[in-house]
Amino acid sequence: MTATLERPTDPRPAGDRLDRLPPTDHMTARTGLEKLATYPFVVLTWVGDDGFPVSVASEARVDAEGGSVSFDPPGGLAVPTDRDVSVTGSHIRPQPGYGYDERRHVTVWGRVTTSHDGELTLAGASAWGWDEAEVPFFEYSERNVARARTYFDALSAERGTPVRPKLSFGFLTLRATRLPFLSATVIPTVLGVLVAAVAAPVDLWLALITVVGGSLVHLGLNVANDVFDTTQGADELNVTPTQYSGGSRVIQYGLVSIRRMALISAAFYAGAVAIGLYLLATVPSAALLVIGVAGIVVSIGYTAPPLKLVYRGLGEIAVAAGFGPLMVLGAYVVQTGGTLAWEPFVASVPVAILVALILYANEIPDRRSDAKAGKRTLPVRWSKEAVIHWYGASVVAAFGIVPVGIVLGILPWPTIIALAGIPLARKVYRGLWQTYDQPYVLMGYLGTNVRLHMTVGALLIVAYLAVVAVGALVADVPMYLSLLGG
Amino acid sequence: MTSMPEPVGRLLDAALVGELTVVRRDGRPITYPLIPLWDGERIYLTSSVLFSRKLDHVKGNPRVSLSLTDPVALGDQPGRATIQGTARVIEDDPHGGWERLMPIWERKEPAIVSFLKARVALPLFFERALIEIEPARVLFWPDGQTTKAPQVVDLLGEAA
Repeated sequence: MTATLERPTDPRPAGDRLDRLPPTDHMTARTGLEKLATYPFVVLTWVGDDGFPVSVASEARVDAEGGSVSFDPPGGLAVPTDRDVSVTGSHIRPQPGYGYDERRHVTVWGRVTTSHDGELTLAGASAWGWDEAEVPFFEYSERNVARARTYFDALSAERGTPVRPKLSFGFLTLRATRLPFLSATVIPTVLGVLVAAVAAPVDLWLALITVVGGSLVHLGLNVANDVFDTTQGADELNVTPTQYSGGSRVIQYGLVSIRRMALISAAFYAGAVAIGLYLLATVPSAALLVIGVAGIVVSIGYTAPPLKLVYRGLGEIAVAAGFGPLMVLGAYVVQTGGTLAWEPFVASVPVAILVALILYANEIPDRRSDAKAGKRTLPVRWSKEAVIHWYGASVVAAFGIVPVGIVLGILPWPTIIALAGIPLARKVYRGLWQTYDQPYVLMGYLGTNVRLHMTVGALLIVAYLAVVAVGALVADVPMYLSLLGG
Repeated sequence: MTSMPEPVGRLLDAALVGELTVVRRDGRPITYPLIPLWDGERIYLTSSVLFSRKLDHVKGNPRVSLSLTDPVALGDQPGRATIQGTARVIEDDPHGGWERLMPIWERKEPAIVSFLKARVALPLFFERALIEIEPARVLFWPDGQTTKAPQVVDLLGEAA
């Protein structure tokens, strides 16, 4: 991992790449004037002879096509014609009890001339501004991250000691590791344990260790993902990250160094390997060894060279395999002493598909920056229609496998309750059509998509808990159908 | 030293936004809409490090002005004012030093409290410096009509 860090794909420092992001606040004078025309009044500003700025509100008459703005001279104040003057429009909408919204402003600079009747006219030369309706606040902030880094670098140089942004340890841990996403590990490992529990009592210690080991792999993956997406430029180029996409940003924000993130990731993987070795020593099993090694390889190879699975459009398959069959079967074989079966595999399929769909949908807002960074995810490769149709087809497959498994007698019939997650899937599907190009509105549906995975996983767990409980309390209650004579 | 005219103090207390103008290295003015925080003696504005170019300008040239012009942002008060003064950047503790002004900020933007609690979502926004303005001169238009000459109050000397 360290060797890779020493050979970043893009040799420019991350800050340089951030500086190359297209600015959003510079505009042509004509655009500035067109925007200025939408304000009921403007603020005329110049620097007085005493060096202090002077600002005066004025009603303006904008001629955007002619490239100028005219206004009556302010009373008692001489507007200079020998230096640049600015004209600013600014707007907010007060929201009592909250503050305000609808922030926008624009400034046009130029020289002022005076007509024979005293009217002042400014010829627009340059302009800048921001309208949060055009560039949402979060994107505007992301586009200015390089400025924040410049600020801290300058302050550090001035003080002769590093000054960096801070977050409390709890918040930083939460953010850097993306801890809330651990549900993607807890669900399949617990499911694997419960599928095994149908046939034999559970070893709770081994179950706990399995969940911890899986979680360490997951945390290692999350942190490594930030490291390699940074070295390969994907996270720097992303100016529309959401809480579900675009990485943790702790490296971009200067909260944690890339070196420290690499060490943290390595520590998580080391812990996972140690637990894996303990499990292998406790439950000697070739299947467990294969599953463990495959899990680590898929996890590291997700973003790390040379595999870079997610950069090759294979991220969904990697995630589906890692957070589906590998985790469910891994937890299962730990409990069964190495015995494999079809049931944990089939039970893992809905979870695998839905967790892959989390990644898949999360890649939608990232697709432009991913494309620039050479990260050829499926939403980068496909049209909007293809992406959403594939989402729909995948959801149908995720839910369809449950009744098929029940009919074939592989899954217990209580697992049918997993279909209660269908309304959430419908909501996400419709939301994708409506908000595909609006990352911050789409974010709500990405959250629903995460809940879809958690809900279906939790329902499968509840179903298996019921099967185990009934099996323990009441003998001879059939939990598996034998419609096909099995 | 003359104190801030009371009607202008009321505008400062009410203003949800004012226009801070600073002077760039090339001598051109540049204006930033910001929430003015008035403690009765000095005017404070806070700037996230994300939008810190204005801080460089203030460090390069401390002569600034703050105009209060938008009746909507001033609670429909008719007056308008421009306050000129000398500014300094306070950045001893960008992480939390500015929070001493939270009570004034919260009165104008109550939502800032909940935003701050969720600072993990946008940590750099809450790394902030303070711009402290010592008012020197006030141009005041009591009825907001700027085609009339303003009342000029020199806070460091006598009224004009």
